[in-house]
Amino acid sequence: MKPKKAKKKQLNRSKLGNAGVYFILTLLGAFMILPLIYTISSSLKPLDELWVFPPRFFVRNPTLRNFKDLFRVLSGSVVPFSRYLFNTVLISVIGTFGHVMLASMCAFALAKHKFPGSQIIFKIIVITLLFNAAVTAIPNFMVMTWMNMLDTYWALIIPAFGSTLGLYLMKQFMEQMVHDTVLEAARIDGASEWKNFWHIAMPMVKPAWLTLIIFSFRDLWNMGGTVFIHSEELKTFNYAMGQILAGGIGRAGVGGAAAVVMMIVPVSVFIFTQSNIVETMGASGMKE
Amino acid sequence: MNANEVSARAGNAEQIKLTKHRKKLTKDKLKYYATCYAFSMPYFIIFCIFTVCPVVISIFFSFTDFNMMEVPSFIGLDNYIRLFLEDDVFVLAIKNTFILAAVTGPISYLMALLIAWVINDLKPWLRAVVTVVFYAPSLSGNVLLIWTVLFSSDQNGWVNGWLMEMGILDEPIRWLTDKKYMLPIVIVVILWSSLGTGFLAFIAGLQGIDKTYYEAGAIDGVKNRWQELWFITLPSMRPQLMFGAVMSISSAFGIGSIVSGLVGFPSTDYATHTIVNHLEDYGGIRYEMGYASAIAAILFAAMLFTNYVVQKLLNKVGE
Repeated sequence: MKPKKAKKKQLNRSKLGNAGVYFILTLLGAFMILPLIYTISSSLKPLDELWVFPPRFFVRNPTLRNFKDLFRVLSGSVVPFSRYLFNTVLISVIGTFGHVMLASMCAFALAKHKFPGSQIIFKIIVITLLFNAAVTAIPNFMVMTWMNMLDTYWALIIPAFGSTLGLYLMKQFMEQMVHDTVLEAARIDGASEWKNFWHIAMPMVKPAWLTLIIFSFRDLWNMGGTVFIHSEELKTFNYAMGQILAGGIGRAGVGGAAAVVMMIVPVSVFIFTQSNIVETMGASGMKE
Repeated sequence: MNANEVSARAGNAEQIKLTKHRKKLTKDKLKYYATCYAFSMPYFIIFCIFTVCPVVISIFFSFTDFNMMEVPSFIGLDNYIRLFLEDDVFVLAIKNTFILAAVTGPISYLMALLIAWVINDLKPWLRAVVTVVFYAPSLSGNVLLIWTVLFSSDQNGWVNGWLMEMGILDEPIRWLTDKKYMLPIVIVVILWSSLGTGFLAFIAGLQGIDKTYYEAGAIDGVKNRWQELWFITLPSMRPQLMFGAVMSISSAFGIGSIVSGLVGFPSTDYATHTIVNHLEDYGGIRYEMGYASAIAAILFAAMLFTNYVVQKLLNKVGE
């Protein structure tokens, strides 16, 4: 039986076609990964290797000097490095927690209950999936001015609570994964809606809230926020790293080290949660 | 008391009972709705303030002259007339945005789809590794600035050094400030960092397709992988295709910070100036909010229109 099964898996796949397709895939993969490997490699290069001509791709005598220099550059700045990191961790943690809680509650109401306006609310949310933070930043600047939120942590945290993509994914996933019969049974047993939400629905959609955590954390971690924040001591880690990276060739080694620090967190978080995210995205589809 | 009266009274009692019951029903219903709103409103209010409000107020202020300090004054269509007839930079920004969106949007969409489709045949562990490879650039945010080192204008830039070593170039090219090369390089970097949420949705969508469809298709005369893709795979994942399209349009029209990070702001002769760059210029630097609102309103309209067309096109997939 086994060989037959293996044959079935290769339905409609010719060997030549496979070779061609995997060749293209490898080329594209190289295009994606080489700049990142180059970044890691130059972050480990000692000074003399950075300026060698022609430039070398791989490092010969790896050293951690650039990371030490990065630390020195950062602690020598007007605002200490730890403050940028503190800011980013603070807004990432509060922003992510608030977003997952509020979006899940709203998604629960939209997915599992019918009330006046629920359809319209969801329609508005689907349309505004189009408008990401980059295009609404300037109009948002006016809103935040009127609310006196400019130049505070709240300017970065509160909008993150209302992020559209998270709610959309959570609602779609709950609709598929949480069955009405389970909720009905709990209601008959006298469970309140909050209990239904917190003790029944939420444990069933663990992949979805993990996904929301990752996406929200990624956005907040990569947040520059310079439109809304002007005080140096409130600026983010990403902003500080961007300044060093933008220092360009003069600081190539330190810049590489900064880039490695910036990408290592979101990439490793993604590696560990990948299967959950893919499961959630399975429910992401839109109906016509 | 005659029989009529009795029955009338009984009817009355019934009536009273019924209204009481109804009252209780509406009371229960109201209580139920109140719970629903308690769950949904905290999010929805914040969402409205920071996502719906910006869209609505920018339409309103686009008809005014407003600098954040004084009371806005109504000036009709003047902002729009000025944008299209007097502001050469804006016309250039529209052109650049549409070039960038028209090139990077479809290419990154198709690239995401084809890569997701190809790696769907791989073993699960290999598929996981390849997913990380392709998704890592878009996860890394600011790291795209590493391209400024690769394309640096002196011989220590990786591309210049390499081309000079091979004898193709005699002297370094100023990749990021020479008008000839800026737009192509920006396109390459955008494509590099563009496999985002839509890509993950495609991977998930492909995994969710029932394998028996392929067997049935083979019996019905599907001969090769391309026919299978068009007639079976794509129609089965149409909801994910729609979602991916929205994500693509959203990021293609939002291109701005990548450009200013790579080639500076403003770019040489505005060669890669986008609508979002222009919006930041007038809104974030000059505080001409009425004018900036008109730019934003045009951007929103262009995105809604593109979305409408693309969703219509996607309905034709597999026909």
